Amino acid sequence: MRGGYVLKKKVKVKVDGVFYEAEVEPRVLLVHFLRDYLDITSVNVGCDTGHCGACTVLMNGVSVKSCQMLAVQADGAEIMTVAGLAKNGMLHPLQEAFNEYHALQCGYCTPGMLMSAYFLLKRNPNPTEDEIRRGIAGNLCRCTGYTPIIKAIKAAAEKMQSRR
Amino acid sequence: MAEQKFVWIGKPVKRIEDQRLLTGKGLFIDNLRLGPMLHLAILRSPYAHARILKIDASKALKQAGVVTILTGEDVVKMTKPIPVGVVNPPKYYCMAVNKVRYVGEPVAAVVARDRYIAEDALELIDVEYEPLPAAVDPERAASRDAPLLHEELGTNVAWHRTLRYGDVNAAFSQADRIISLKLRFPRFTATPLEGYGVIARYDETTGKLTIWSNFQGPWSMYAVALSSLNYPEEKVRHIVPPDIGGGFGVKSSMYPYIVLVALAAMKAKATVKWIETRREHLMASSSHTDRVQYLEAAVKNDGTVLGLKTTIYDSVGAYIRAPEPGTILRPLGNFVGPYKVRNLMIDANSVLTNKCPTGPVRGFGCPHLYFGWERLMDTIADTLGMDPAEVRFRNMIQPEQMPYVTPTGGIYDSGDYPKALRLALDLIEYEKCREEQKKAWKEGRFIGIGIGVGVDPSGSNIGYVTVAIPPEVRARKDYLPKSGSKNRARVRLTSSGKVVVSIDSNPQGQSHETTAAQIVAEELGLKPEDVEVDCSMDSSEFWTVSSGTYSSRFAALQASAVALAAKKLEEKILKIASYFLDARVEDLELKDGYVRVKGEPTRSIPLRRLAGAVEWNPSQLPKEIEPVLEATAVFDIPTLKPPDENDRVNSSATYGFSAEIAKVEVDVETGVVNVLKFVSVHDAGKIINPIVVDGQVYGSILHGLGGALYEELFYNEEGQLLAATFEDYLCPTAREMIKDIKIAHIESPSPYTVLGSKGVGEASSETTPVCIANAVEDALKPLGVKVRELPLTPEKVWRLIKEAKKSL
Repeated sequence: MRGGYVLKKKVKVKVDGVFYEAEVEPRVLLVHFLRDYLDITSVNVGCDTGHCGACTVLMNGVSVKSCQMLAVQADGAEIMTVAGLAKNGMLHPLQEAFNEYHALQCGYCTPGMLMSAYFLLKRNPNPTEDEIRRGIAGNLCRCTGYTPIIKAIKAAAEKMQSRR
Repeated sequence: MAEQKFVWIGKPVKRIEDQRLLTGKGLFIDNLRLGPMLHLAILRSPYAHARILKIDASKALKQAGVVTILTGEDVVKMTKPIPVGVVNPPKYYCMAVNKVRYVGEPVAAVVARDRYIAEDALELIDVEYEPLPAAVDPERAASRDAPLLHEELGTNVAWHRTLRYGDVNAAFSQADRIISLKLRFPRFTATPLEGYGVIARYDETTGKLTIWSNFQGPWSMYAVALSSLNYPEEKVRHIVPPDIGGGFGVKSSMYPYIVLVALAAMKAKATVKWIETRREHLMASSSHTDRVQYLEAAVKNDGTVLGLKTTIYDSVGAYIRAPEPGTILRPLGNFVGPYKVRNLMIDANSVLTNKCPTGPVRGFGCPHLYFGWERLMDTIADTLGMDPAEVRFRNMIQPEQMPYVTPTGGIYDSGDYPKALRLALDLIEYEKCREEQKKAWKEGRFIGIGIGVGVDPSGSNIGYVTVAIPPEVRARKDYLPKSGSKNRARVRLTSSGKVVVSIDSNPQGQSHETTAAQIVAEELGLKPEDVEVDCSMDSSEFWTVSSGTYSSRFAALQASAVALAAKKLEEKILKIASYFLDARVEDLELKDGYVRVKGEPTRSIPLRRLAGAVEWNPSQLPKEIEPVLEATAVFDIPTLKPPDENDRVNSSATYGFSAEIAKVEVDVETGVVNVLKFVSVHDAGKIINPIVVDGQVYGSILHGLGGALYEELFYNEEGQLLAATFEDYLCPTAREMIKDIKIAHIESPSPYTVLGSKGVGEASSETTPVCIANAVEDALKPLGVKVRELPLTPEKVWRLIKEAKKSL
């Protein structure tokens, strides 16, 4: 309630393998919790209305737009951001392919785009071009025209398949 | 320039900047943590046009955590109106004063402990408005009985000039036909995914102001902000972080917010941060103008265009602000496009409307310009029963005419326009497409082929905008003429034998770290990974009015500065090495981190050793050698002069070319346009990095596609913006992007740049919108549909079809 006493709630999350705990007002958005309380600044804000996907993270294995959730809703959850993609200093095949195919320019949509692509490949390891387009339709990119992103995701999927 | 063998230039070198961006470590403005900071939120006008009767902020000020509130009253006291280069402009401040003139105009700003508190406090500010009728359409706004935005001007026409080149009357008297057209170009914008962000720190003990922002330049707009702040340059430091989340011209118009946040910091005597929301961005950042344009062409029966008369009503929004009237004047040198037309009359009007003020957006002025030309060319072809490609070939400037001086003063440096268009026709298999079209029409399907060609200017001459001022004023002795387009680069050899480069282009995704490294590696015989490029900007180190990344200037100007600085450093290195190796400079070569005596592999010195010796033991060097391995170069093109007394100006440093062809199918039941195939041919001189170039072309096509079919900042009759979120402002997603795109290049090196390179990143956004528009009209030819405006949304196309069917 504005102007009155606001009861803060404790939120405990695990982000990319690290536990965090903080007290927040119930109205604080998850994306602001990640950015302003935990200093996880890779999660970008591009629109506030759930259209651009720059703030996409995985919550308990499912992709969510963190501007469309309250931090308190994430209490007890396990969250994965782009920082959780690289393992032991080795880039994930998606990250490698994004570099190879020039799938990023300014890089602002990239963390969210990578999370959506990661989630897509988790559910559908061998997507068609149309399935890739659908899989990232919730993520806007204003630099690349998407074509190189689609190629990169396809190439990463093939590489990950061949490693299996 | 002579053909040269390159090791790194022209190679698809993978981007250096990707590593941090792929791992979420980009240093964007909102990621800066600068100690204790206050946060600012802005109360904005809900009305398009209204008098402010009262602002009562007392309740808001009593809120816990609210530090101070800024209103128009403070702004008038603390700043001067923001300057613009037209005679007798309306007063423009960073916040509304007494009146609001567009939806979203700042009315008050709250500075508070955090953004949530600041936003809460906005709701407690009481503003009493007296709503007024709005002026929305630029042509109607220019009429006498339109509601006046600025009563003191007595008109909404903020700028008007009639520019004449050649002999238009003669051209029209020699014409077989006069072909006329009225067009509307919509307001759309580039919406970089990251909005504006400004942080300002005021130190009251020293009076020093430090500003961090994601401003893209031109830094002439920073000079404009300083002028409004009425603050000496020496007391202000402006820092731009290395990563900016897209710019596309839009981030050149953030200077009013630099002023606003700086004022807030001064009033709060603290560090104040403002990060724009998407809604704020769509309502109140910037966009290009919406335009009503009349065109009248004097045409021979063989398709030759003898002359053009055009009247332009450009809707510049509630205030005309710098660099307007640039939407009209920035492409002045290339106003005739790729055509040989010598006779022109331009009746130019920048009209005040109750909409957000405008500014550069990808292609600045060219999407409008070529929408006019290329719709006109198709109309000429249609009227004369000619093929649209044939009309274009008939009028095109030929390669042997290069460098070609246009009637408006542009100097086209190089290019083979017919060759590029021919290549595009081959790639789309034009004849086959026409056959297919005939067959489709018979089957009741509507396939169309559209062409769009354009000359793509890069590296704006800052003097172009002074054509806004009448020549008799420019001729006065006390008038300071303006010209040029400088970029600067500094190259330094480090003690480890590697190179550090600093440039003044502060990019927003254009890959300058990689391409500058390629250039330096080429010149100094190193690998790109041996070259560190610093792309952040700090005014305390260096800036000029033309610094920044805008007008596709990197490949033309910044790249030249980098190459020249590297050459200078090479000379220094060789001179010092010749002393150590006891050899003549001309016998030395720089390769793989060593200076070697040619043909004598044993006589060499590593750069590391050379740098170490200069750093730690300078006394051993001869006196005439300056003991520093650093070089700076500033590059400008001598053809960039102020406009002459006849309003001719070479408005850009170089001119590339794009030829695009779209094949579309229109569903006449739903009005949906499907782009089946798209070909994009470019001539941007010598290409520095082909994957970077193609990446920018894809992105540029997407912007053009958005403008052609989806995106519009639509204002209703009352001046309400009906597209203030991404729910209504439709940025194309991966599903809308054209699936079948072919990109091809020809390379006609520029004789004026060091590497022969030119800009390319804006070209497609200039020609794609009209290319698709032409294809849609072509598809619907059997129904007699005429396309006169964009975007071609299903609803609009459906209505066009319905109306055309009625009149059949």
